[in-house]
Amino acid sequence: MLGLDKKDTALLLAVAALALFAPFILNIFPQNTALAFFNGGYPDLMQRFVIFGIFAIGFNILFGLTGYLSFGHAAFLGVGSYAAVWMFKLLNYNIVPALVLSVIVAGLFSVLIGWISLRRSGIYFSILTLAFAEMSFRLAYSVLTPLTNGETGLQVYSNDPQILMGENGVTSPHLFGLEMSARATLDLGPWEFTFPVGYYLCAILMLISLYLAIRIFRSPFGLMLRAVKSNQQRMRYTGLNPKPYTLAAFVISGMYAGLAGGLLACMDPLAGAERMQWTASGEVVIMTILGGAGTLLGPILGAGTIKYLENVFSKMNEALLHSWFSWLPDFIETPLIWVLSKFTGEGWHLTLGALFMVIIIFLPGGLVEGGQRIGRLITGRSRKASDTATKPAE
Amino acid sequence: MGILEIKDVGKRFGGLQALSNVNLSVHENSVHAIIGPNGAGKSTLLNCLVGKLIPDTGSVMFDGQSVLGRTPHEINQMGISRVFQTPEIFGDLTVFENMMIPCFAKRDGAFRMHAIESFTNETSLVEQAEQMLIDVNMIDKRNAHSASLSRGDKRRLEMAMCLVQQPRMLLLDEPTAGMARADTNNTIDLLKEIRDTRDITICIIEHDMHVVFSLAERITVLAQGTPLVEDTPDNIKGHPKVREAYLGEAA
Ligand SMILES: Nc1ncnc2c1ncn2[C@@H]1O[C@H](COP(=O)(O)OP(=O)(O)O)[C@@H](O)[C@H]1O
Ligand SMILES: [Mg+2]
Repeated sequence: MLGLDKKDTALLLAVAALALFAPFILNIFPQNTALAFFNGGYPDLMQRFVIFGIFAIGFNILFGLTGYLSFGHAAFLGVGSYAAVWMFKLLNYNIVPALVLSVIVAGLFSVLIGWISLRRSGIYFSILTLAFAEMSFRLAYSVLTPLTNGETGLQVYSNDPQILMGENGVTSPHLFGLEMSARATLDLGPWEFTFPVGYYLCAILMLISLYLAIRIFRSPFGLMLRAVKSNQQRMRYTGLNPKPYTLAAFVISGMYAGLAGGLLACMDPLAGAERMQWTASGEVVIMTILGGAGTLLGPILGAGTIKYLENVFSKMNEALLHSWFSWLPDFIETPLIWVLSKFTGEGWHLTLGALFMVIIIFLPGGLVEGGQRIGRLITGRSRKASDTATKPAE
Repeated sequence: MGILEIKDVGKRFGGLQALSNVNLSVHENSVHAIIGPNGAGKSTLLNCLVGKLIPDTGSVMFDGQSVLGRTPHEINQMGISRVFQTPEIFGDLTVFENMMIPCFAKRDGAFRMHAIESFTNETSLVEQAEQMLIDVNMIDKRNAHSASLSRGDKRRLEMAMCLVQQPRMLLLDEPTAGMARADTNNTIDLLKEIRDTRDITICIIEHDMHVVFSLAERITVLAQGTPLVEDTPDNIKGHPKVREAYLGEAA
């Protein structure tokens, strides 16, 4: 279908089904039960799942295929957000020009950073990208304040030009009138499901992003990117110039990041410099590796997992832990909660760090490898079972 | 006029004159060997031909065009393919994928953005790659991970990757160094086959004289960065200067 082989089509359809039914799947626990705490089916979080999915899919085209580890991709995310908010300020709240400009500006910016950083490879490349992103972050707070509005963050004010706004124009981000914040809710007994417009728009864009990534992976260009990772010396002596291939991958992944940044602004018309900070760059690296670098599904899984865990763990506070463990005797409960509280709420990054270490050490191929291992275990078992079943008959 | 003309090439590394006054002419569709003791400057000379090094003096002309100042990929696109001392292949890719890359390089040049169609849909290139694998007896390993091949098969794959581009000239730097006897003979047989079935100029660099005697039509002996003699294998064998150069190394 659509020029994909069976396996890739199945993958795309599976992700599409997950995205379509996410509002159900993520709100699997009835409201008003203790487990409802683990639900993730509300608009803000679902939008972040797919937006960071797009970010990670793009990052994986660079890191997964060429092996060049950029520590500066959050800069493109931030630039995308600023570009989108500027479109809101200058034109109106329609997201189409905003997203187009986000992608273009992030693309141009990544040509510049990529062109310079790709003069080096390995750790030096990573450090150069890190330095550039950190510079962008600092500049957004200082010299570039007229463009970024510094620490306050860029937002839309009532005296902004908004030349296409008209008399009764829509006053929040919309797609030709369809507001991103609009949503439908469905109450089924104790369950409550929300279907936000913004989420579905982001999900469609993520599916398109994934589709394009699959095409790139299978194309001659994708093959060349894998060659860059494998052996650049052989590439050169085969008549190929690795540099433009790597730069193209860098710019494509920068444009994906720009789209993600633009979408963040479309869901909430605000752009702040903290989006460009190195921790944000590190996050997409972790997402990609956690899910499985170089695989198609990995980055989406990684983005979803991290955003979900971030949400759950940072929401846990001492009072909540207390209500969960109050049945324990005090002398156990107090130290237990003391330990757990270090890993939750503000301390959730500790949990993330620990999880990342466990994955790197035991599952270097990420969640995708974990899934494959489990799959092999099951099919291996069932094959054995059928072997023993057929033997007596022979 | 040979297809490769090396004139007065000199190269200095700090205080060491690695090459001086190298003059050499390689004739089209011949097999030319360059032999010499360790440290004679053979690899340095080869690196000057493929764009890895730029000589301090002299000129290198391939088919009437200078190669000096060009990058390795530009020189490859002129029709010179290089085989490395230790096989350089794309270890993360399958044998078939390894073969497809030179096919694309030959057809599309140093860079072309082909990001939509699947590379396996390029039927004429796929045929070319598979035919080459049949020619070198590796079609049964088509889907093998190339890092898992034996050293001899890696060498075979590397040569196949060079040959599928139909280069005008194949350069080999000690292709049998460090190889077991069986793999060495295997490689020699493959080279003989290439020599006898294709229109190609082969320039082979060797430390081990015995490897080249059965292959080469002309042999140049390099010692301390300068050609000592150039002659047919039979005449080289008994040449006093050659014996001296090699005995000198042994002593
Ligand atoms: N990049 C380099 N820098 C400094 N000296 C070098 C370099 N490459 C080779 N040499 C020196 O040049 C001489 C010739 O080396 P080489 O061409 O590798 O010899 P061969 O291949 O004939 O064994 C040696 O003495 C070697 O140490
Ligand atoms: Mg050498």
